[in-house]
Amino acid sequence: MKLTLEFGGGLELLCDSIKIHKVNVEPQGEEKKITLKHLLSWVRTNLIKERPEMFMKGDTVRPGVLVLINDCDWELSGQLETVLEEKDVVVFISTLHGG
Amino acid sequence: MSSNRVGQTAADIRREIAALQEAKADIDNRISALQTQLSSCVSNDGTNGTNCRTSPEPSSGGQLSADMIYRYSRQLILPSFGVEAQANLLKSSVLVIGAGGLGSPALLYLSACGVGRLGIVDHDVVELNNLHRQIIHTEKFIGRSKVESAAASCRAINSTVQIVEHKEAFRTSNALEIMREYDIVVDATDNVPSRYMINDCCVVLGKPLISGAALGLEGQLTVYNYNGGPCYRCLFPTPPPSTVCQRCADSGVLGVVPGVIGCLQALEAIKVAGVVGEPLSGRMLLFDALSARLRVVKIRGRSSKCEACGENSTLTEEQFCNFDYESFTQSPLSTSPLKLHLLPADARITSNEYNERNLKGEPHILLDVRPAHHYKITSLPKSLNIPLESLEGRLSEIATAFEREEESNTTATGEASRVPSLFVICRRGNDSQRAVELLHKKGFPFAMDIIGGLESWSQDVDPKFPIY
Repeated sequence: MKLTLEFGGGLELLCDSIKIHKVNVEPQGEEKKITLKHLLSWVRTNLIKERPEMFMKGDTVRPGVLVLINDCDWELSGQLETVLEEKDVVVFISTLHGG
Repeated sequence: MSSNRVGQTAADIRREIAALQEAKADIDNRISALQTQLSSCVSNDGTNGTNCRTSPEPSSGGQLSADMIYRYSRQLILPSFGVEAQANLLKSSVLVIGAGGLGSPALLYLSACGVGRLGIVDHDVVELNNLHRQIIHTEKFIGRSKVESAAASCRAINSTVQIVEHKEAFRTSNALEIMREYDIVVDATDNVPSRYMINDCCVVLGKPLISGAALGLEGQLTVYNYNGGPCYRCLFPTPPPSTVCQRCADSGVLGVVPGVIGCLQALEAIKVAGVVGEPLSGRMLLFDALSARLRVVKIRGRSSKCEACGENSTLTEEQFCNFDYESFTQSPLSTSPLKLHLLPADARITSNEYNERNLKGEPHILLDVRPAHHYKITSLPKSLNIPLESLEGRLSEIATAFEREEESNTTATGEASRVPSLFVICRRGNDSQRAVELLHKKGFPFAMDIIGGLESWSQDVDPKFPIY
């Protein structure tokens, strides 16, 4: 499944400072669907090069990271259980506090 | 004119300067007196000073005076803004917390557009390295209070706006008292505990919160606690780990980036105050300056489980006052730089001691562990740059440097000298301690930290060495 993943607010520093990643993610094992939970573990294995604790806590994103699926907060689509579709754009953004 | 001055002596010029300064002080005093008079007019009359007018009341334009109609004419003739929105604006009061990178443009536009009363909170003073982004301040205010400086700029733009100066840090002890007097709050602060504290105070007092943030080349903006929309805690019930919270002083920021976000904060405050348009509630604007991309995303609504604004929440004024935001977020409210103490005293020397040992010709290696782009700004001569992040993988370079140093000393003196010392330096003396800890474990037990880094070098040894 082709997906566009974007990292912002400093999270891009964890994956070679590249903000936009066009990726191909395949469902795991018997599963036919790709959920956000699956995607997160894929990202952690395949894209995050350093300090994974800056991105995840347990099986979800760490506090202070917003997940947006096609420009919508993942809270509105079921968080980890959200099922992804072909060509979805998933944005991971760390909140900023500077001023 | 200049020809008249040819015959002037230094004493004449000094006398003239003194006379002009005296005249200037008189004018300043007169301005302050008039401002005080004006604010009492404003507080006695919600229509912002129309009682002060000496000329007859205008026959049109509702409660706007002729001067006001002229001043605000370009926004009055906007069909979707007009007299109603301007009148709403003139009746409204806005509190801007933080007169820095975000607060500067926000305050300039809010005073220019004619809000009735504008409060400014900040405890800090203006520094030279603020001026690239904190555009409300000028060189002549360096060393003086940011609030005084910002207030002077706002008054210079629009003397009809009542400017209220709060020269103090925003704390739970004064937050309610200050914020209660305003209709709308602009969060232009730069740290996590302040953001939670301001949010909670807005929830307790029922004030809309225009929240902006900027760092590096990115910015974010949204309106919280507005018209049943979410608050900051609905979105971020748990604070981020303190290790991920970066500051402009450490990570850098391009001046115009908070400028853009601060302008948008002013815009949202104007929309809320003027009762026009659709304020950015339930949505968040994300700005990426490098790729010139600006996206608005939909965020969750008010959470019924929110600890601040949820259905079962019982956040009272008293609870707010007693809440410890620093321990909740594990980060300090003040933005003073972190000072680590990781090493025993015998593993550290001061910059002065290092200077003496270097001048005596002691063979040594000076390892600078700052990021490469910091090293390019300024560095000490003959230092070796290996950034802390890559230190573990590049230890062999230190070993090579040792061999070279030993060799050069052997040839110079004709006899084998003692093992060179290893001194580690960084910007402020935190990363150098982390580096020394690592080096001690990795075969360099004699590595020593230079206390306070290049900042202390500049302060104690070489005042000409640049600080950044």
